[in-house]
Amino acid sequence: MELIRVKNVLKQYKTGITAVYDLSLKVKKGEFIFIIGSSGSGKSTLIKMLYREERPNEGEIIIGGIDVAKLKNHKVYKLRRKLGIVFQDYKLLHKLTVYENVAFAIEILGLNQKEIREKTLKALELVGPKGKAKSYPDQLSGGEQQRVAIARAIVNEPKLLLCDEPTGNLDSKTSWEIMKVLENINNLGTTIIMATHDKEVVNKMKKRVIQIEAGKIEKIHEEGTYQNEAV
Amino acid sequence: MKPFRILYRNIRDALKSIFRNFSLSIASISCITITLIIVAISMILSFNVENVTNLIRKDFTIIAFLDNKLTEEEIKQVEEKITKLDNIDEYKYENKIEIAESMQDSSDVFKTIMENWDEEDNPLQDTFLIKVVDAENINITANELKKIEGITVVRYGEGIVENLLSVFGIVEKSLIVIVLALIVVTAFLISNTIKLTIFSRKREIEIMRLVGASNLNIKLPFIIEGLFLGVLGSLIPIILVIYGYRALFKYFEGQVFTPFLQLVQPLPFVYIVSSLLALIGVFVGMWGSARAVKKYLKI
Ligand SMILES: Nc1ncnc2c1ncn2[C@@H]1O[C@H](COP(=O)(O)OP(=O)(O)O)[C@@H](O)[C@H]1O
Ligand SMILES: [Mg+2]
Repeated sequence: MELIRVKNVLKQYKTGITAVYDLSLKVKKGEFIFIIGSSGSGKSTLIKMLYREERPNEGEIIIGGIDVAKLKNHKVYKLRRKLGIVFQDYKLLHKLTVYENVAFAIEILGLNQKEIREKTLKALELVGPKGKAKSYPDQLSGGEQQRVAIARAIVNEPKLLLCDEPTGNLDSKTSWEIMKVLENINNLGTTIIMATHDKEVVNKMKKRVIQIEAGKIEKIHEEGTYQNEAV
Repeated sequence: MKPFRILYRNIRDALKSIFRNFSLSIASISCITITLIIVAISMILSFNVENVTNLIRKDFTIIAFLDNKLTEEEIKQVEEKITKLDNIDEYKYENKIEIAESMQDSSDVFKTIMENWDEEDNPLQDTFLIKVVDAENINITANELKKIEGITVVRYGEGIVENLLSVFGIVEKSLIVIVLALIVVTAFLISNTIKLTIFSRKREIEIMRLVGASNLNIKLPFIIEGLFLGVLGSLIPIILVIYGYRALFKYFEGQVFTPFLQLVQPLPFVYIVSSLLALIGVFVGMWGSARAVKKYLKI
């Protein structure tokens, strides 16, 4: 079953830079794919279009049957509630505890306290960091903070998890731990799209790799490894 | 249940946020407080001016003196003509004997002088005391009265009434303009102050949007926060009005220098003013917040 279909997408920023050019791509349900490419190649722009932070100038982006490119601004929240998004800089709220940061994402849904508690604890149980629910983000290591961010991203049980360089700020050992967490989530059925330029991670994971350069798909490697001629 | 839960959460978050951004909250609250105090003073002045104006309007009397040679029949005719004029509220006939008696009652000096007058000596004139509906057009009515045959002189404090009323009118209108201007200025001030708190919460809003908060989800806590700021900001002005105006009323014993300038009775007046202040405070706070947060929404 196809979850995402990107077709002939072109994205030109107001500055005149064309970040993504005539890009087409299909992602099946349950897949784990990497998007790789050198810095400035358009990975983040592609991810941003998938969660409709940016809107393509041309082409369509169908996610679960909906053309996200046509989604009106005031309806974007409906898409976001069905996704999880993870960033390089974690984007945690420093005034909130780990528990509150994760619960934050489902409080807006109007669930009752018990449901919020159950879902939040379940996500923290799955992702970690263990036993740190009452800590504040500043008291955690980078890897632990990223776990909190991942827990927040999956607490609403999304079908699709988007990750933009989630290991970008982490050492290789911690990166690998985070990859194990993501793989675990993927095994439970969540489709994952991860933009990265971390070769080590890509090479070890042996997933489908889509390499983009200058906004275009350069190569697709099934069970691929990082092609590092250009990197 | 769902909307209530969301509302509850928003109220909780709004209160938390007021305490977290304490200094900015205090700034907004003081802003509202100062404005509302000025608004309260203007309102009290304005209501009192209105009150005095109405009293003057009601009380102001035209005195029409009659020719002493008129027969009773002719006086009847004059009366009939008076009733036919517009703008007549009520009128009263007093003959010169009654006037002399009431003057004697009012002062011993008059009494000794007037006691010995007989009917022929009495230099006073029979009069009609006339109250008008619309005091502002009192001069028109006075002119019409003058034209009636048998009325010799018409007195109504020419000019004074109209001038007084027009001054009061100007005072009242200026107060209304001041109040409205203040409300608008404060709304913008609040909006800008809250913008500062929102600026520090830009990240929070960004993350809210990322995890799927709708515009309403984002706006609601800020609007509720504005509501609380408005309520808190109106507390001191309300207390000042309730106790201050009562004390003032007591001090002046209900009138300023002359019975002519009656103060409005404190009850229920202070509660009406207080409710208006609370309403203005809440409106200003909510509007200010809604405006401040708008920039951060993607609509
Ligand atoms: N908001 C933006 N406005 C204008 N140009 C942008 C914006 N975001 C990215 N770009 C440009 O688009 C190109 C692709 O950027 P990006 O998608 O961030 O690449 P990557 O994530 O692969 O490093 C770059 O040239 C970058 O400078
Ligand atoms: Mg990037």
